[in-house]
Amino acid sequence: MIVAERKPLEEIIGFIKDYKKILLVGCNECVTVCYAGGKKEVAILASALKMAFLKEEKELEVKEVTLERQCDQEYLEEIRSIVDQYEAIVSMACGVGVQFMAEKYQTMPVYPALNTLFMGGAEEMGVWAERCQGCGQCVLGQTAGICPITRCAKRLLNGPCGGSTKGHCEINKDVPCAWQLIIDRLKALGKLDDYDNLMPIKDWSAERSGGPRKIVREDLRQ
Amino acid sequence: MSYPDSIRVIQVPCTGRVDVIHLMEAFQKGADGVYVVGCLEGECHYYTGNLRAKKRVQYTKKILDEIGIGGERLEMYNIAASDGPRFSQVAKEMDEKIRALGPSPIRTALQKIHAARQAGVNVETS
Repeated sequence: MIVAERKPLEEIIGFIKDYKKILLVGCNECVTVCYAGGKKEVAILASALKMAFLKEEKELEVKEVTLERQCDQEYLEEIRSIVDQYEAIVSMACGVGVQFMAEKYQTMPVYPALNTLFMGGAEEMGVWAERCQGCGQCVLGQTAGICPITRCAKRLLNGPCGGSTKGHCEINKDVPCAWQLIIDRLKALGKLDDYDNLMPIKDWSAERSGGPRKIVREDLRQ
Repeated sequence: MSYPDSIRVIQVPCTGRVDVIHLMEAFQKGADGVYVVGCLEGECHYYTGNLRAKKRVQYTKKILDEIGIGGERLEMYNIAASDGPRFSQVAKEMDEKIRALGPSPIRTALQKIHAARQAGVNVETS
């Protein structure tokens, strides 16, 4: 999932301080699962914003809506009939949702309520960790299912480096060395011989450094 | 055994039922202070209800601090169901503490807005 967290309230209040009526839109997908921008978080933020305004003896009208997804045109259409009744939209989706919202409603100011952080998963309740950087050329098949692009600070394709000590990375003793994890798992799988296969230079043009990416599926396109 | 009549008791089956939004809405409606009273830690009938409530109270305190209402207006206490004297004592403590802090700025603002509406004044909201 895409993992995000709420921006400081002060920053969000700064965006909307001159408005009287806002549409606060949550997203039912990733940001609901990571407790950042689902229906519950929409209600809490709406309450906090209303109180922040009341404290200044101002009233803020907040319409709370949570869409199935904000990264899909069809769900964004669901608010078309009410958008004009508000002065601005505050989106509690990831950066994708915020941008799709802004593209869909061209004349409406759209502000993000979240900081979008990474693609990851919940290691335990309340703990989310990064697992994928969307490099566009997955190497997990050669690395025992452990991503060195994401989990190695140097993104080494043939590790570990000299900074690996007792299974941990030199950047932080709490960060496991990705290559130690890879070697341990290859051993456990009885595939340690695979470690001898040096990985070739990676095509980084498939990654973000090649500019914004897009895929077109002609079999699906209408 | 008594407790101050300023306190309104809202019963829940377990403090684990209390969510952040419930605490927020109490303040939004003008409560000067809110406190959650759970069972003693380690004695929750549902094992962890009061521990969950404790974390939610801490989280809500941060929000209240962020918006300038003051996290000190919200507290969590753990009192055994059989300990009436302690319940009474905590109620008095909380009452005194909130009185010392004064009215919530939300309540004051709500009263001003309500009074202006009664007087027919159009309240500008920004």
